[in-house]
Amino acid sequence: MSRTWVVIPMYNESTVVVDVIRGLLPTFPNVVCIDDGSTDECAQAARDAGAVVVQHPINLGQGAALQTGIEYALQDPGMDSIVTFDADGQHRVEDAREMVERLSSGEADIVLGSRFLDDRTKMGPVKRLVLKTAALQSKLATGMDLTDAHNGLRAISRSVAEDIHLTQNRMAHASELVNQLAVLEHRWVEHPVEIIYTDYSKAKGQSLLNSVNILAELFLR
Amino acid sequence: MLIVVQILLVCAVVLVSLVLMRGGSNARHLAIRRIMLLLFATAAVLSIFFPEVLSTVASWLGIGRGTDLVLYALIVSFLVFMATSYQRHRQTEISLTKLARRIAIDETERPWESPSR
Repeated sequence: MSRTWVVIPMYNESTVVVDVIRGLLPTFPNVVCIDDGSTDECAQAARDAGAVVVQHPINLGQGAALQTGIEYALQDPGMDSIVTFDADGQHRVEDAREMVERLSSGEADIVLGSRFLDDRTKMGPVKRLVLKTAALQSKLATGMDLTDAHNGLRAISRSVAEDIHLTQNRMAHASELVNQLAVLEHRWVEHPVEIIYTDYSKAKGQSLLNSVNILAELFLR
Repeated sequence: MLIVVQILLVCAVVLVSLVLMRGGSNARHLAIRRIMLLLFATAAVLSIFFPEVLSTVASWLGIGRGTDLVLYALIVSFLVFMATSYQRHRQTEISLTKLARRIAIDETERPWESPSR
């Protein structure tokens, strides 16, 4: 019996998360949304759409929500893989399905999405530069030759999920995850994914200034 | 001479900050903080009765006036304070996160336990 849990951290996303869940359910029947202390109705909306909702009593940050989702999924003895997915609809279900297939074929213990492996994703030159710099920073810090260190779409096997302990509650969790992977020496592989930049995801997404916060959080551990 | 003192001060700041940031809040660091506080209090009391002592000590170190010495000490202790407060804040945040996560997960249904779903 193998089950995949899709983990979606969400914070005030009621306008989009319902469509994301509906898109996922035919492929992935087990979806858990982590409501990170939202002030809108997205917890109820997600429940109505057919997802399990874990509700943080207070807002803790996206990294904390991700870790909560992983720990929830680990309680299911039948779970053998976890997919992390963004609530704003920027990921494609098809990409996630292919990544889980690569995971279950035994090719790797963790499959990381990368928007730089093909030319489907359209983005501005400044954003490209920032993401490339972040990837270079991870490479210098960990020796892992990643092309895209800040991609929210990942497929994680149970054994890796048990070893992940994110303590960076806010934005630095993506780098923290890479740092932990580098120490654990699991087999990892990157998979080409497309990021769909809608007006909504652009408005919600990380501003370029936020990369300053990411760096500060990483160095002041 | 002044530059030597400045380099020493900077090294002291960096070292003390690193030591106190890395270790968390265990008994040894608490003891170090208390010793530092004790030294500071003693120096403060002494400087009230013998103000000229400060200037003498300052001139040994190549610093112009006693007040400058006090200012440097203040800067160092402020940076140490900042570093320890940051560390303590992080610890609190981590505990709070664990507590909130535990509550959140405990309150959530577990569909795998009820096969009817």
